[in-house]
Amino acid sequence: MTEVTLSNIVKFYGKHQALHGINLDISDGEFVVLVGPSGCGKSTTLRMIAGLEDISGGEIAIGGRVVNDLPPRDRNISMVFQNYALYPHMTVRENLGFSLKIAKMDAAEIAKAADEAAGILGLEELMDRKPAELSGGQRQRVAMGRAIVRHPDVFLFDEPLSNLDAKLRTQMRVEIKKLHQKVGNTIIYVTHDQIEAMTLADRIVLMKDGHIVQVGTPLELFNTPVNTFVATFIGSPPMNLIDGVVSGSSTIQLADGLSVPVPASAQGQVHNGQRVKFGFRADNLMPYGHAVEEEGERADLELTVTLTEPLGTETVLFTDLAGTEVQGKMLNPRPVRPGEVLKFRLMLDKCHVFDAATSDAIRG
Amino acid sequence: MTRRRLPEWFLLLLPAIIVIAAVVLIPLIFSLYSSFTPYKLTRPSTLWKWVGTYNYEKILTDAKFWAAFGRTVLFLTIALNLEMLLGLGIALMVNKVTWGQRTLRTIIMFPMMFSPILVGFQFKFIFNDNIGLVNNALQSMGFNVALPWLVDGKLAMFSIAFAEIWMSTSVFAILILAGLFAIPRDPLEAAKVDGCTPFQSFRHITLPFLMPFIYIAMTIRSLDVARAYDIVQIMTGGGPARRTELLWTLMSRTGYVDARMGLANAMGYVSIILSVVFTIYFFRKLTAARAQIGMEG
Ligand SMILES: Nc1ncnc2c1ncn2[C@@H]1O[C@H](COP(=O)(O)OP(=O)(O)O)[C@@H](O)[C@H]1O
Ligand SMILES: [Mg+2]
Repeated sequence: MTEVTLSNIVKFYGKHQALHGINLDISDGEFVVLVGPSGCGKSTTLRMIAGLEDISGGEIAIGGRVVNDLPPRDRNISMVFQNYALYPHMTVRENLGFSLKIAKMDAAEIAKAADEAAGILGLEELMDRKPAELSGGQRQRVAMGRAIVRHPDVFLFDEPLSNLDAKLRTQMRVEIKKLHQKVGNTIIYVTHDQIEAMTLADRIVLMKDGHIVQVGTPLELFNTPVNTFVATFIGSPPMNLIDGVVSGSSTIQLADGLSVPVPASAQGQVHNGQRVKFGFRADNLMPYGHAVEEEGERADLELTVTLTEPLGTETVLFTDLAGTEVQGKMLNPRPVRPGEVLKFRLMLDKCHVFDAATSDAIRG
Repeated sequence: MTRRRLPEWFLLLLPAIIVIAAVVLIPLIFSLYSSFTPYKLTRPSTLWKWVGTYNYEKILTDAKFWAAFGRTVLFLTIALNLEMLLGLGIALMVNKVTWGQRTLRTIIMFPMMFSPILVGFQFKFIFNDNIGLVNNALQSMGFNVALPWLVDGKLAMFSIAFAEIWMSTSVFAILILAGLFAIPRDPLEAAKVDGCTPFQSFRHITLPFLMPFIYIAMTIRSLDVARAYDIVQIMTGGGPARRTELLWTLMSRTGYVDARMGLANAMGYVSIILSVVFTIYFFRKLTAARAQIGMEG
């Protein structure tokens, strides 16, 4: 069983504090994704788990064993690096077998393990090439192969797809997920791309400035963001946020004389005069005739479309609501010209309210 | 009325051609020609007497020449390998230093800044059997000996090699240090994760990356050592009784002391083979090492 536990992990680079007390319990076989804007400390966290970076404070345990003072070789982890970090002087075969050779496994077994990994990742044809003779995608596969030959307790991935083009990225994302389903090891995966996080993770850990902001399943983060940062980071397009003031106990006054009721989830949690941000996702603002049929309290709005982004199955519509640019969606799209006025419905039950001062979600 | 004019490119290159001819080509042809004559500096007319391959035949059967040749190869092999190992060690240590590394790098290069003649005099004093530093130190430590550092054949070779290594290890250290700076960090980290001990990382990752730098240093130094002259000349003069005779001390003795320039030039051409062989050998190794780490092309 290989749980990974981080207890109050702190990291200083000189005087600069990169991590401020990270607490995280990862269970055996779980696929956890650390996501956040660049510079938030994801790689640092991962490299500390790998043993490539000193731990300034706190404790890391892998499989119940505290590893703070163990070198990487005693942690039984394997890592896929952002730049692949292949051994340029070795062939693909030697790259794959290197860790086993170091472990003093006999040559026949090494060859077998390398061939097996090559089979899983479709590298059979490339075994005798050097990394310089491979494309980015192929290098990425070799890096993955090198990680899986050893059957480690934990896989660590540091932005393994960020150097690939969009199409290959999508393809490799699927491969990684399949790989996880096949081998079932614990995986800790770092990315700055929320789509990768959403699609891959059993659980997402969203970080910012060396802190964990929210931990949860992809749907938890999507549906119940704890603050405006999570709301705008997770989901594409990001959640629309409009400034407003609570008036009475059940109305939010937006600019331009527009008002909306306080969503059911936040009722009783707001007070008169409180400055808030009213938030909703593009999926909740749809023009009639091109919307999901659903029950619930709704507001009807006549809005002028300023810009369209056709995506095929849906079109993202840009419009202005209460002086703020917001995005809505049109299903089964028809061509829309900028300037066209459409009648939208906003599903009020699914809206969010955040405190304007703290940015925290207001939810019962 | 047109006159044929030399093409412009030729006119432009002419100064360079003249200079190269004067300083390289003519001496080369002259020395090659004179190696087929019994040319003696004291009797210029001998320059016009053709003796064919007489000088070469004489050299090939000359035990003294082959002794010097063998000694040079041995000296070169030992000095180069020790310099490489010491230079590697120094470079690895300096690479670990985080504070004051620049100063340290400058200090490493100090020995290179001295003239070999001065280094020779310095070590001649250090190894002197009466007043030398080494023997005095040994004596004050209670060993009642006066080792004949520059007189005994083996000890004299050791002393010369010591001086040579002292002076030139920094060439290796600096070039290897440059190699260490150029090593990508990623594969080293990957090796750590793949289970390497620090020594295994060095053996499997660092060393292959350093090999091209080591071979470059080897090539430069093999040419340097193959023409070792100044230090030997100052410290022992090739003696006593030719026990430290290297190719160049032998050649200069033959050419300038015995004034037999024709013979000396023939020796020169035979010993060039040595440098050519070493250069080709190290360049092969260099190319192979570069190909290994994917630097070819
Ligand atoms: N070796 C280092 N020395 C000093 N500061 C560093 C070093 N590595 C990372 N940092 C700093 O630590 C913070 C977190 O970095 P990192 O973990 O690489 O971020 P991420 O991977 O999330 O983009 C950043 O502010 C970065 O500048
Ligand atoms: Mg990073």
